[in-house]
Amino acid sequence: MMTIKRVGIIGAGKVGIVLAGLALNAGYEVRISGSGSVEKIGLTIKTLVPGAIASENKDVVANSDIIILAIPLSRYKNIDPVLLKNKLVIDATNYWWETDGIREEVLAPDSTSSEQVQAYFKFSTIVKTFNHMGYHNLQEETHPKNDPRRKALFVTGDNQEAVTTVAEFVDTMGFDQVIHHDLADGIMTEPGSPLFGASLNYEDLKQIIDHFDQTEFGKKVAASKIKPA
Amino acid sequence: MVDINKLEFGIETFGDIVANEDGSVKSAAESIRQIIHEGEIADQYGINVIGVGEHHRPDYSVSSPETVLAAIASVTKNIKLATAVTVLSSDDPVRVYERFATLDGLSNGRAQVMLGRGSFTESFPLFGYDLTDYDDLFNEKLELYKQLQTEKDVTWSGKFRAPLKNQEVYPKTENGELETYIGIGGSPESIIRAARFGYKVILAIIGGQADRFKPYIDLYHQAAKKFNMPEYPIAVHSHGFISDNGNEAIEVAFRNIKANFDRIGLTRGWAPMSREQFDGETKNGSFYVGDPETVAQRIARTIDLLNLGRFDLVYGAGNQTVTQREHMIELFGTKVIPRVKEILTEKEAVK
Repeated sequence: MMTIKRVGIIGAGKVGIVLAGLALNAGYEVRISGSGSVEKIGLTIKTLVPGAIASENKDVVANSDIIILAIPLSRYKNIDPVLLKNKLVIDATNYWWETDGIREEVLAPDSTSSEQVQAYFKFSTIVKTFNHMGYHNLQEETHPKNDPRRKALFVTGDNQEAVTTVAEFVDTMGFDQVIHHDLADGIMTEPGSPLFGASLNYEDLKQIIDHFDQTEFGKKVAASKIKPA
Repeated sequence: MVDINKLEFGIETFGDIVANEDGSVKSAAESIRQIIHEGEIADQYGINVIGVGEHHRPDYSVSSPETVLAAIASVTKNIKLATAVTVLSSDDPVRVYERFATLDGLSNGRAQVMLGRGSFTESFPLFGYDLTDYDDLFNEKLELYKQLQTEKDVTWSGKFRAPLKNQEVYPKTENGELETYIGIGGSPESIIRAARFGYKVILAIIGGQADRFKPYIDLYHQAAKKFNMPEYPIAVHSHGFISDNGNEAIEVAFRNIKANFDRIGLTRGWAPMSREQFDGETKNGSFYVGDPETVAQRIARTIDLLNLGRFDLVYGAGNQTVTQREHMIELFGTKVIPRVKEILTEKEAVK
């Protein structure tokens, strides 16, 4: 399993800033980029997450052991897939109609959003997490291991080793993990799921994941062609 | 340091449909008339501002806030008349300016504009705009609005509206400028934009602890310095409900705020609000719920922590009854506001 020391975040919005803060607190070296120049986000980074290094995408990627995608889903194609070649990438995005537009115009109907992100970044390894808990809960509810107040995040991906690495990373960021090994299972935490926006402990999160097919959303997913039908 | 003499307090409503005592709901028309009466009550209790939202949905009664505010103006004397917010992205800045300048005239200078991108997006398809232009629309229209605010002739061109060449916009206001805030949900980009344009800022803190906004307020001041723009005290709005009995307040708020949140969540895909989540927001987060003392203590803490110039309480979420809504406004005006000032005066004396 690879050792992570340097964390790169693509996206300097609400989620990107929160995750940068958590990574700094956890002792990582953090680089972060916005959609424009370094100058454009410089003041934001200096004020909100002092210690993080404002960079451009290419410098974030070149100098980080793990990359977090924290951008609106509709913008992932603005990033050159070659840039992320051979990188371990956390997909923290969600399909969100109010910023992304009509689903059919953004995503193919027969696969999940993370699978499509993976298909686009075909030279990278994608693991999905950090997408289903509200950003202010992420910011406020980090706790050390074994703390009874600790919350959990769902971590899923096709590559076993990558999932293990990301789960370990999530642990250091202050959350328990419910782990699956299928990127398509990311649908279980997308908007519409009882997990989206919820802040749950390990047992409660696992309970819903284990009985996903019995949830209203699970039934809807099963009725459509989207895996895991 | 908080200037207690200049501190302002407001109430805001998004125009939620009012309930009858038996749980049935009133019509949108009845709800609108109720809001006008509430504006009158708020004015009598010395509340500084009433803000009325703009929505284009079946669960809210107000899509034309200026019209409602004009009616409130006719039955009030001192209260400022604000929107919460005007969705500038899908409106015409010239028309916005004209409507508010008119409101300002008929209310003897009490109009206040609160501009936003809108957290709801129904107005985009309704008025023929594309959601993918969300950012560009707001930027462009804000630029035009900024020019209109000078009340001089305007020459302007952009992507989303016909150009203007040496055009004057009427009526002119008596004070020469409309007081304008930008309503912000907390994205760093929005805060920097407001500072760059030199606008006042009202932060919507609708979830989580107010504490996490402290660095964002620093960001506003840093940005204002960088762009050599004025630095105004920040305003905040959050949801709340006040009742004589704390437990009763919590039960009424839970039922209504949860119903409101869950209904919106159905279209936005978020999970229903749990009791744990509600209790967390009420205890340490952004819901100001309880008896007057509890709410006053929590508001005072937020004002002190964030060094605010104004605190607005969003009232009437969900389908609350006339009695619940009116009594809340009374308690806010007669008990909470004086008590907040008292607490802050004591705090300042210790500093």
